[in-house]
Amino acid sequence: MLLKIALKNLLGARLRTFLNILVTAFSFFLILFMSAMYDGMLQHAKQVTMDTEIAGGAYWHPEYDPMDPMTFEDAHSALPTEVETLVDEKKAFPVLVSQASIYPGGRIMPAIMKGIPPGQNIVNMPTDALFGYEEITLPVLIGKGMASDTKLEVGDAFTIRWLDADRTYDANEGTVVHIMDTENFKLDIGHIWIPLNKAQTMLAMEGEATYVTYEKGVPPVLDKGDWIPRDINYLVQDMEAIIEADKPGAQVMYLILLALAAMGIFNAQVLSIFRRGREIGTLMAIGMTRPRVVGLFTLEGGLNAVLAAVATLIFFGPILWYFGEFGIPLPIDYTEMGMIMAKRLVPVYTIGLVVSTTILVSIIVLIVSYIPSRRIARMKPTDALRGKAAA
Amino acid sequence: MENNGVITINNLVKRFPVGGDFFTALKNIDLTLNKGEFTGLIGPSGSGKTTLLNIIGGLDSPTEGQVSVLGQALNDTSHGERARLRRKHMGFIFQSYNLLPVYTVFENVELPLILNKIDKDERRSMVEQAIESVGLTDKMDSRPNMLSGGECQRTAIARAIVHQPALVLADEPTANLDAENSHHIMKILSNLNQELSTSFIFATHDEKIMAYLRRIIHLDDGEITEDEIIDNPKAHD
Repeated sequence: MLLKIALKNLLGARLRTFLNILVTAFSFFLILFMSAMYDGMLQHAKQVTMDTEIAGGAYWHPEYDPMDPMTFEDAHSALPTEVETLVDEKKAFPVLVSQASIYPGGRIMPAIMKGIPPGQNIVNMPTDALFGYEEITLPVLIGKGMASDTKLEVGDAFTIRWLDADRTYDANEGTVVHIMDTENFKLDIGHIWIPLNKAQTMLAMEGEATYVTYEKGVPPVLDKGDWIPRDINYLVQDMEAIIEADKPGAQVMYLILLALAAMGIFNAQVLSIFRRGREIGTLMAIGMTRPRVVGLFTLEGGLNAVLAAVATLIFFGPILWYFGEFGIPLPIDYTEMGMIMAKRLVPVYTIGLVVSTTILVSIIVLIVSYIPSRRIARMKPTDALRGKAAA
Repeated sequence: MENNGVITINNLVKRFPVGGDFFTALKNIDLTLNKGEFTGLIGPSGSGKTTLLNIIGGLDSPTEGQVSVLGQALNDTSHGERARLRRKHMGFIFQSYNLLPVYTVFENVELPLILNKIDKDERRSMVEQAIESVGLTDKMDSRPNMLSGGECQRTAIARAIVHQPALVLADEPTANLDAENSHHIMKILSNLNQELSTSFIFATHDEKIMAYLRRIIHLDDGEITEDEIIDNPKAHD
């Protein structure tokens, strides 16, 4: 019975219902969109790291600690047999890491010099740009951030100085052959990439490497010597720690959005219900009990939430889909600020986000329908009939 | 007489808090109304007519005294029981109609039947009959904002009588209507009273209504000053 009356009330009050639903739907949209953007940003950062850096995992030289450049000097050796087999089968590629100093435009800058096989296609890096420069002593690949820091452009030559395996300083001239546009600042800021064979020769570390990155789906090798296997879980743990550390921030943002939405919905519902004081009085006069009056208005709120969810799908669904598909371009390049951020932010709508938002918004609507209607239903019917607002 | 008693009121007093003091709206009211009566509570503004009507309807509670309506002592009943009494056995007509603006005439009249859980087919026939009895068959699908004042009040009357209540309480039903509409409304109510044996109580100071009443209870300053039985109401001549 209540459902029938509630439906009649909602359908009958065309404009009022439409406006209430629109406010709720807009709140739905905002919460979904903002939260999905945030999730998308974090997921994108993780995905970019895996695509451009981690692939299926790595084997590290036991001395290698990427956070401590002082270890690079000793972090090199020939590959363990089975790891080398992976490299031969093109299922993995070795990287040789060393410290270097570069002198772009007469300035001195510290850099991490990495030798990488130009033919690798396991990680998403334009290493093939290092191919085919026989006339150049040392072709160098750098990122846009590094190019900006060093003011280097394609074709510019600069001096590179390094310490080789015999602990002898040597120097040569490198030429920028390509500037890569990567979203992973860890490949960009402070890095110069050169062909692996050149690096091995320069550093007097023929056939040696610091770590080997293998493609996804490669099973662990048995004979890895003293090299340390680092799987995806290990390699993304920093990123996951950042995401985990950022969770309270994300939750606060979600709560703020929810609170803003709740205020909007509360305003609309309270205004709508308080304006209906006389209607509530009339319903009581013709025999509706107080609990039923409260039930009716709460049910109207619930139906409002359901219709708002449908309206979100109809009115804002295409917008959510569009952004989910094509993303939103960002006005600045955040990689230069040391952040892994896409050029276009793509929101990620998880089932958890959609379900939790729907439930939370519905609960808010029910509460903000229940509280004012209970207050009005508590009034004396004679006061309600006179259209007196509840104090 | 006892079997015909619709309303019995003994020593009714109603006080309202005003500032730090109390205003006595009704003083020692003793009253009995019988089945089928067509009664008016007459008096100037502030005489206590609407307060008495509201107490009879269970919309307000007495401060002192006993009120029994249709055999039920209102002093001992809960809000829910009073709501049930109104739903099943009473109809209300208000000065400002109090129609639900988003409902059509049909839906407004149907509402008490929905609350009484009458099944759909029976509901439809009862609503159509009620609407026909007030002459609004052609306005069945209109909303209140498309109706004149007289039509709105006729809709309110149809809503009040659709579930065939034993008692209809009307608070200034003609106050917002012109003379022609007022007479039309009173004729309808008078006919319904005779056809259905429903008791009607009006709170009014409209002289046009008085011509139709068969009993007039005069109220002044919260007290009954005169209880007049009219054997041959003028309007019936």
